[in-house]
Amino acid sequence: MRAFDYHQVADSEQAIEQAVRSRQAKYLGGGTNLVDLMRETVERPQTLIDVTRLSRDIDETAEDGLIIGAAATNAALAGDARIRSRYPLLSRAILSGASAQIRNMATVGGNLLQRTRCAYFYDVATRCNKREPGAGCDALEGFHRYHAILGTSSSCIATHPSDMAVALAALDARIHLRGPEGERQLAITEFHREPGERPDLETELQPEELIVAVELPPLPMAVRSEYRKVRDRASYAFALVSVASMVELDGETIQNVRLSLGGVGTKPWRAWRAEAALRGQPATEATLAAAVDAELAAARPLPGNAFKLELVRRLMIAELSQRLSDARNGGDA
Amino acid sequence: MQWTINGQVREAEVDFRTSLLDLLREQFQLSGTKKGCNQGACGACTVLVDGERINACLALAVQYQGREITTVEGLAERGTLHPVQTAFIEHDGFQCGYCTPGQLCSAVGMAGEFERGLPSAVTQDLAAADLEWSRDELRERMSGNLCRCGAYNGIADAITAALGRELGEELTR
Repeated sequence: MRAFDYHQVADSEQAIEQAVRSRQAKYLGGGTNLVDLMRETVERPQTLIDVTRLSRDIDETAEDGLIIGAAATNAALAGDARIRSRYPLLSRAILSGASAQIRNMATVGGNLLQRTRCAYFYDVATRCNKREPGAGCDALEGFHRYHAILGTSSSCIATHPSDMAVALAALDARIHLRGPEGERQLAITEFHREPGERPDLETELQPEELIVAVELPPLPMAVRSEYRKVRDRASYAFALVSVASMVELDGETIQNVRLSLGGVGTKPWRAWRAEAALRGQPATEATLAAAVDAELAAARPLPGNAFKLELVRRLMIAELSQRLSDARNGGDA
Repeated sequence: MQWTINGQVREAEVDFRTSLLDLLREQFQLSGTKKGCNQGACGACTVLVDGERINACLALAVQYQGREITTVEGLAERGTLHPVQTAFIEHDGFQCGYCTPGQLCSAVGMAGEFERGLPSAVTQDLAAADLEWSRDELRERMSGNLCRCGAYNGIADAITAALGRELGEELTR
């Protein structure tokens, strides 16, 4: 690990002032990913600004949503009674990620900014366009079982590893940012970038800009939302495929639906095309199959991860069928 | 820099790069906490910070100044083993013993989480206030601690017995 300066700050204003003053600064949350990457010398910040003393409160908004301080731990968020009852998929997604020890350390802001676990990104002896733009990508013809099939480019096929962010994408969460120029908000689906030619640029964050909070808009249908993750072992593994889903029925017509995917996208993947193919359509097997086809039409599988096409198909249909069944049985609950 | 470790205030000046794990082992000779993978995958370095379990290998010591840290050396009170430690002996919850300090601290932290009503990924009804104990809950909640000897059956028996004693009910694994 390279040497660095360390500063603890009390609030976002101090954090940004410190970042503006510092050379090559990074904000430090729980450190569960950043410290590991620094040890591998993938990350080499000269300054760490510890933002774990920033707000970790979870508060009601005027619109009956919730706003979550970026320093809230993953465990605190997953365990919050309001999240568990109003946005259960978010609880389930967080609890499906990492281990209890890591969830006790990791912050909400840090979870959104964690880097891919692509083994070639981690291994500084290999070529990686994300680590070193223009260097090439050894994953393309390497071991890419865990890599993406959606949103990929010829430069990068790394998956975004977060479970939490997949649930947040389905909820249309808003990311509250603060930087030297002031405050702004971005929809989570606009926050992460697809790799294109610049896989090193993963988010829309500007220099010194800081995530201060995540806002969940009110969403009554989320009461019957779920997150299901398929992976190589029963616990403590990254997703091969995961699905966050919720539906609202009007009779036998799909009135509304939210769907997002993990483990298959270069960013937390909102399945817009599938949603469009479901909304307003009869709740039949044919509709579900057409929705999956619509979403996977743009998929670019490689030999080592082509199995994910079938896995996504089965998991999406199984999950949507379950949500429809729950909606039929649950009435307006 | 200053930390409270197993009830004692300890001071040291260390490089910012020092992990909490290396601080415990190298500065304070508390070598009960083990270094396994040093990347958060195995759980051998699990300690309690203000009662919550974390991976000491991924924690920068500087970030934990002023906090109350409990290691395996601090679980016993005045020479009496912690009930989880006793249960590990009774149920043969180890073979080589390298993962044991992490398993013990993790189990103590896990019991606290369960008693506070924190659900897990396998909890059926996340909105329910009352949790139901099961074998699946145990395995899910302890998945951050690996045992390369494969002493999981003994570990699971020990933790189940200890938690049952604490909750005052007979739990089955």
